[in-house]
Amino acid sequence: MVAQAASRLSGRARSNPGASARWTLRGTAFFYLGLFVVLPVAVILQRGYGDGLTNLKDALDTFGAWNAIRLTVVMALVTAIVNGVFGTLLAYVLVRIPFPGREVVSAIVDLPFAIPTLVAGVMLVALYGPSSAVGGWFQDHGLKIVFAPPGILLALLFVTLPLVVRRVQPVLSELDHEEEEAAHTLGAGGWTTFRKIVLPALRPAIVAGALLVFARSLGEFGAIVFVSGNIPNKTLTAPVFITQLLSPTSYGATNGPGEAAAIAALLFGLAFVVVLLTEKLISGRLERTQ
Amino acid sequence: MSAPGVTTGPIRKDRRGRAARVSLVGVALLYVVVLIVAPLGGILYYGLRSGLGAIGDTFAQGDVTHAFYLTFVIMLIAVAVTTVFGIVVAFVLARDDFPGKSLVSALVNLPLAVSPVVVGLMAVLLFGRGGWFEPFFAARGIQIMFALPSMVIVTIFISIPFVIREVVPLLEELGMDEEQAAWTLGASRLQTFFRITLPNIRWGLFYGMALSAARSIGEVGAVLVVSGQLQGRTETATLYILRAFDQYQAERGYVVALTLAAFSIVLLMTIEFFKRRSTKAMAR
Repeated sequence: MVAQAASRLSGRARSNPGASARWTLRGTAFFYLGLFVVLPVAVILQRGYGDGLTNLKDALDTFGAWNAIRLTVVMALVTAIVNGVFGTLLAYVLVRIPFPGREVVSAIVDLPFAIPTLVAGVMLVALYGPSSAVGGWFQDHGLKIVFAPPGILLALLFVTLPLVVRRVQPVLSELDHEEEEAAHTLGAGGWTTFRKIVLPALRPAIVAGALLVFARSLGEFGAIVFVSGNIPNKTLTAPVFITQLLSPTSYGATNGPGEAAAIAALLFGLAFVVVLLTEKLISGRLERTQ
Repeated sequence: MSAPGVTTGPIRKDRRGRAARVSLVGVALLYVVVLIVAPLGGILYYGLRSGLGAIGDTFAQGDVTHAFYLTFVIMLIAVAVTTVFGIVVAFVLARDDFPGKSLVSALVNLPLAVSPVVVGLMAVLLFGRGGWFEPFFAARGIQIMFALPSMVIVTIFISIPFVIREVVPLLEELGMDEEQAAWTLGASRLQTFFRITLPNIRWGLFYGMALSAARSIGEVGAVLVVSGQLQGRTETATLYILRAFDQYQAERGYVVALTLAAFSIVLLMTIEFFKRRSTKAMAR
């Protein structure tokens, strides 16, 4: 604080970036974001809802539309819950329990950030597809994974796993051990300590991570397109449905791009609200700890 | 639980705690294996099963090499643009203050929420038939859709957040003291940036760039919508994989997929290694 104030005082004459420089930076930033983010969003809204709700109605009347939306939302919810639980468990194990190979596991958890989503889909088909030994075994035992909802779920779990782990991990490693030790000395078991002491501290991070997982899952395309088989009313998800509205051979769409825009704005408006909520949660927690 | 005996209590609890720890690690490992390690093994098996011959054969295909070339070009442009402008936006977000700043910050995160498919759709609505800018570019004979420009534009949109999100916290943490010092000693603004600021944010910036690169290489949904998938012309490596599996050339598909994954993994791991080393050095 003092150093900052001092440097500000001593340097005021020359050091504060001049107004012109500041406006150049601001202008460039606004131009860049305006061109690449605001404009594309504006065009979606205008083309999707410029004529009122007709596009949305037409789009929803298309064969398989409702089920595609329902499947996408349900899958995103399940993914958020499962990875919320297992992501927290992984973060806990990585931070708190020393075991041989911990570094390796930590690196593996990051892999989904590096592996292209389409390749993730290819991987899952290679292992759990009907032509592989593992996938064949499951199919013989009545569980169809690939080209069925379980495959979609696996794909979404794969691509979103790091989101929860990497949000919970730093909070957990900064957490004070003292409270936990006090609880232990007072006779609380491991699970009770976790539930009463650790979990409340982690909750904002877990919820933020799970919300991001949900938003990301709503829009996932690359990982799903192979795994799901895209059967209308069964395994067709909303993002794939949107590409079908756009393809020239699409059936029944009178105004493909407009209808696609209507559905897109609806679903991904939801995703954006969720991401905004997450940012609020994270910054709120930061302010409280400071 | 009230410990009945002072001496036996902690020991028994410890043994139970050990069992609990082991089973927690076990469950976590099982999850990672089922979800990530086993499928990775699957693709390694199928990609390498047919030996080096199949790999050589795949890379001898003209459309495969072109697909990789195109992916590489798009990645270079997208990373360059999102890096240069990303640094500017990061500076504005970290150092500047103005009404509506949180809105700008939200805009930066927007591409994370938007489905790649919708990004492609945006480009179609702007540049496709009947799009806002279609008359302008058509009159000048510039091809945007089904060509490199639209593919670059969608990839830029998708990669925007990565550099910014890595650099903003670094700039905030760094403060302005060193810059102020250089500035008072007579360094110009550009000198200050290249000599003081850039070296300080280097590894975070590189990590953001690597994330951008990995995302660009792996992009499929957006590119699929805008490219028209013209074989040997607008077909990227990921689009090639899609076609290979559609046309029952799974072997080549596996080889290309494996190559892409290996490239991204090596890139990110290398940079994370350096990043970690530099943060350790700084802590010391």
